[in-house]
Amino acid sequence: MSDLHNQTEIPDSSERRDFLKLGALAATVLAPGVMLYGIANSRPPEQGASSKLRWGMLIDTTKCGNGCNTCVTACNTENGLNGKTGPQDSQWIRKVNIKNLSNGFEHDLPMMCQHCENPPCVDVCPTGASMKRADGIVLVDRHICIGCRYCMMACPYKARSFVHEPITDQNPEVPRGKGCVESCTFCVQRVDRDETPACVEACNANGQNAMIFGDLNNPESEISKALSGQASVEVRADLRLNTGVRYQGI
Amino acid sequence: MTEHVCLDKQDCKIKAFWALMALGGVFVLAAMVAFFHLEHTGHIETGMTNQIVWGLPHVFAVFLIVAASGVLNVASIGSVFGKSLYKARAPLSGMLALAMLAGGLAVLVLDLGRPDRLIIAMTHYNFKSIFAWNMIFYNGFFAIVGLYLLTLMDKKLKNYSKPMGFLAFFWRLALTTATGSIFGFLIARAGYHSALMAPMFIIMSFGYGLAVFMVVQSAMYRWNDLTVDPNIRRRMKNLLAVFVGASLYFTIVLHLTNMYVAKQWDFERFILLEGGIYTKLFWIGQILLGGIVPLILLFIPRSQASQKVCFCFMAPLLVILGGFAQMYVTIIGGQAFPLELFPGFAETSSFYDGVAHAYSPSIWEAMLGMGGIAIAFMATIIAVHALKFMPQDDLHILQGRRSSD
Amino acid sequence: MNGMASLGKWLKLALLAGAAALTAVAPHQATAGSAKPMLERGKGEQCVEDTQFMRRNHMDLLKHHRNETMRQGIRTTKHSLKGCVDCHASTKTGSVAASKDDFCAACHSYAAVKLDCWDCHATKPKKRPATLAGMPPAASETGTSPMAPALAGGKTQ
Repeated sequence: MSDLHNQTEIPDSSERRDFLKLGALAATVLAPGVMLYGIANSRPPEQGASSKLRWGMLIDTTKCGNGCNTCVTACNTENGLNGKTGPQDSQWIRKVNIKNLSNGFEHDLPMMCQHCENPPCVDVCPTGASMKRADGIVLVDRHICIGCRYCMMACPYKARSFVHEPITDQNPEVPRGKGCVESCTFCVQRVDRDETPACVEACNANGQNAMIFGDLNNPESEISKALSGQASVEVRADLRLNTGVRYQGI
Repeated sequence: MTEHVCLDKQDCKIKAFWALMALGGVFVLAAMVAFFHLEHTGHIETGMTNQIVWGLPHVFAVFLIVAASGVLNVASIGSVFGKSLYKARAPLSGMLALAMLAGGLAVLVLDLGRPDRLIIAMTHYNFKSIFAWNMIFYNGFFAIVGLYLLTLMDKKLKNYSKPMGFLAFFWRLALTTATGSIFGFLIARAGYHSALMAPMFIIMSFGYGLAVFMVVQSAMYRWNDLTVDPNIRRRMKNLLAVFVGASLYFTIVLHLTNMYVAKQWDFERFILLEGGIYTKLFWIGQILLGGIVPLILLFIPRSQASQKVCFCFMAPLLVILGGFAQMYVTIIGGQAFPLELFPGFAETSSFYDGVAHAYSPSIWEAMLGMGGIAIAFMATIIAVHALKFMPQDDLHILQGRRSSD
Repeated sequence: MNGMASLGKWLKLALLAGAAALTAVAPHQATAGSAKPMLERGKGEQCVEDTQFMRRNHMDLLKHHRNETMRQGIRTTKHSLKGCVDCHASTKTGSVAASKDDFCAACHSYAAVKLDCWDCHATKPKKRPATLAGMPPAASETGTSPMAPALAGGKTQ
């Protein structure tokens, strides 16, 4: 089996031509910053996620629009969620409105899996389905998730959802199914091809620019620079989970 | 002397036996129907949501598991602490423990999102997870208590019963500690995170287990037209009173501790004052019916003439009901209280942040839960019917009393 | 020890009943001795491995690959399930398991082996506008179709 992952796939010729043609087109359409960002972190497909990186997100809640739902919509589309908000429906990212009890000031912020360094969901999972990848992304391995929901009990952020009914027509890149627990994956399928999560991209495209995604371990990354230049907090920092998602402006 | 006991099938109330089996069978069947229905539709047909992730099935399952470990106490008092009165009841106690654990685990497993992957739970262990440890403890419990029963019931193995009794005793302590810790280790939730959870579960298991034992014992004696010797009744009822009192004590200490931790005031106010169904179940179910009333019934002063009235069926039955109320308050009430992400802020969202979560169990969940009791019930009926689980000592006593009459 | 034995029996019975029911819900149970399934040819010239080898070992390849991709983030495409679907989706249904003649379903119902993949995985290749096929991901991002096509022929899920 050792040769399984040492071979690079060659797309069949016609698709390859398309690729080259459209690559040129893409370069012209693309915002240069996004392109450069992508290239800087690329890794070949046969190489796994590296523990040298730690993916993280910084959310500037002062830029987050009250009532704006762009990140949520983008997440739903990317990951094939139906967008319903009943008590049994999955929500990977949600907008939380917080109102200061002493002065009444209200603002919004997005809440999702905080991709903790010490995730309680991973600690409590009996089978090891709840796991943290080398690059810090916390995932559910649905192949061995038995649907006990103990991780949902353990998560301080209420970030996880249980799939209550059968699902069809999934996004091929985002398998989802009845009886397993799921949550934000930082759009791992996108991150692995050097894109930012769908929510971040949509937030930026919408002009809010409230979310920055990047490598917390790299002092040169945009997120590290932003974090070192301004105060930020972890939600439930008292639990010392060292979250991968940080907030400014709370 | 055995002719008084239902050992010979000719002598048994064979029709009544099958009637009870049919009764249990109906409930087990209902549970299977519920299981296959939910397996097909998914949990959408239950009252459980992404907020209340553990529901009524877990109330039944955890009660059965906790009471299963507690019911073994009767055997432990006999084997470990050498009390002959209890030793005569050790086989019944061990058998009940196995039957109830089987019932509880069945509910837990049938409620999984992917029950077809049960094998994965047995092959993939995350040893950091207290849940995984529980699975080891449950499986070990079956093996150890099974062997212990063997040493109790096979004369040739009698010598091993004491060490096996010890092992079973320590194992059950570990098991209940682990079960309590399932909740106690949930650092994020105001209602659960407490070191008191494990010892409180142990004390409660003593109470629930003994209560179940007393109910079953009363029923068995009644079945065989016998009465439990007053001496035995007195000792067991006193022990039950001690356990019920200790459970109440732990409950009070748990809530007092919570009230001294500032961030859990809101949770305490929720459970004790404003939680609606949970507040009612706590005060009326757990405290009043499951604690104070049984204590009064057990200790009510009686004249010599009315000594026969013991409430040895009624009081433990109330303790069991109170136990279910306690599990409902602990498991569902603990989840209904919203997580506080931003202290000092009021939270609202599409995902029900900042509001008490609603839960109304569906009939399917009730069917699953009742199925767990029915499995334990049927296993008990079959075991009692087929083997000598009737406590043996009082027959001598009864015999003696009869001849002296 | 009949008490325990009967207890054990009940447990076993419950397990058996459960197992039986789970296999029973598998669609299109093959009848013994029925004709061998007719499989539609895949799109490409040749499968990623020899056909005989694939018949025997596809499950091992998939399982190995699934763990590498899922847990380590290794996204080679040669043995990815998505690759299988891309190539073997039926021309009629567009799926590998929508009808009983589709590639995966046909063989698995013949062999009476329950498939667990399609509870979660898509049975159809990703829908994408033909003109965008192969476009580098970020470029296709317009907001309405946030799913950038994977490099054609598929990185894995």
